[in-house]
Amino acid sequence: MTANWQPTASIETLRERARLIAGVRAFFAARGVLEVETPVLGQGGSTDVHLISLFSMARTDKGQRKLWLQTSPEFHMKRLLAAGSGPIFQLAKSFRDGEIGSRHNIEFTMLEWYRPGYSLAQLIDETTTLVASVLPSFVGPVVHYRYRELFHTYLALDPFTTSIDTLRVLAAERGQMSAYALADEGRDTCLDLLMSMVIEPMLGKNELSVVVDYPASQAALARRHQDADGEWVASRFELYLNGIELANGYDELIDAEEQRLRFSEDNADRRRLGLPEVDCDEQLLAALHHGMPESAGVALGLDRLIQLALGKTRLEEVLTFSTPNC
Amino acid sequence: MANYSTNEFKGGLKVMLDGDPCSIVENELVKPGKGQAFNRVKLRNLMTGRVGERTFKSGDSLEGADVMDLEMEYLYTDGDMWHFMKTDGSFEQYAVEKKALGDTEKWLKEQVPYIITLWNDKAISVTPPNFIELEVVETDPGLKGDTAQGGSKPATLSSGAVVRVPLFINQGEVLKIDTRSGDYVSRA
Repeated sequence: MTANWQPTASIETLRERARLIAGVRAFFAARGVLEVETPVLGQGGSTDVHLISLFSMARTDKGQRKLWLQTSPEFHMKRLLAAGSGPIFQLAKSFRDGEIGSRHNIEFTMLEWYRPGYSLAQLIDETTTLVASVLPSFVGPVVHYRYRELFHTYLALDPFTTSIDTLRVLAAERGQMSAYALADEGRDTCLDLLMSMVIEPMLGKNELSVVVDYPASQAALARRHQDADGEWVASRFELYLNGIELANGYDELIDAEEQRLRFSEDNADRRRLGLPEVDCDEQLLAALHHGMPESAGVALGLDRLIQLALGKTRLEEVLTFSTPNC
Repeated sequence: MANYSTNEFKGGLKVMLDGDPCSIVENELVKPGKGQAFNRVKLRNLMTGRVGERTFKSGDSLEGADVMDLEMEYLYTDGDMWHFMKTDGSFEQYAVEKKALGDTEKWLKEQVPYIITLWNDKAISVTPPNFIELEVVETDPGLKGDTAQGGSKPATLSSGAVVRVPLFINQGEVLKIDTRSGDYVSRA
């Protein structure tokens, strides 16, 4: 058998892809946002328990070093912000091991940008404007939802106050998972399962859905604040179209001590789960210590946006060579 | 058997789920923006033939199932069991229960090769060839000159199956039947 050498996207699709990317660059150029290129490799990796980082061993001036392949360009871009770059954007190759599917590819392109001085609301506005400009046929409204409200609507439960036992039973039933497999899982796994299996497929139908006020435990690298109900929530938003998650934005955490704490909490979770620890990014921490301006930032799956814009059913149809074919 | 992680779940992989051997039909990664990834998996239960969905945390694993498909010729039934013989020249025979035979009972014909699915060396299902030639043992007399018209009538075949056939077909004729749909294809 001859090896399958053909691209997974048609040449016609690649022309369309190039045209859409030129549009994205023009969008930011018109708004005075600087395009940057940061390294794919870094000495610190993502400690996020739910991401599997790839790394490579490099011969450096300090000898053999483990360098991590970025899961997003976040750390390097924040170092630029701390150095006074002003608003920046990047089309960055990013890597997440094990993620292959109709909406996932281990190596993918992230469109990430940062806006010093922007509120989360201003960044949401800019993000939806960009998405609408890439999808000219899209005329639907932008609709905002609170995380809590979505669980009330689709599952008749409160994600913050429902008991863990009730959450596990419901997650097993609605998520088609065995109760046994969920027996030791915490609130966030149950909520993630219900979000993925029940709520997400309902989002972004003839509209752009913006979800805000995630539980504080799901803040990742976002600040936390108290919402109108007095609940601690993450200052974070997610954008959905056609049931597909497109973008994840933060009111960025800029407190170096809080950032160090979250890194070490992640690594503590990693030890508890028997996962390898990841070197936390000391250079990011030093940059935050020096001072990063208050900023809002967002990461958008560019391949998914192109997939939606071109009406393709699988991500590989907009990639020159998908990971299984690389 | 080896264990397989969700990453390795591909169409056709045989795994154990809730004590039954299953064949993976589809596997899709689902993940909220941040947080736990899951695999939404469609599986066919090889004991019942039913297809169902199950969700797993990404990275979880299932035990492989010792399942294989072998070609065997149908020999005879003793009333309790149906006997088949491997076509690889080994003359090795397997006895199949009625439960495993299922709907294939009505498509049995001696010396025809069937696919027998074995789990831990025990037959759990029998798949007939897509097309089989069987003799009509009972039907209303054929209507001469009616070949153009679309009408049909029931006919009982030598295997016991009853199929709809064109009006011109007579008792004693051998017909080609599609076992997947149970439809008449042509005279053999």
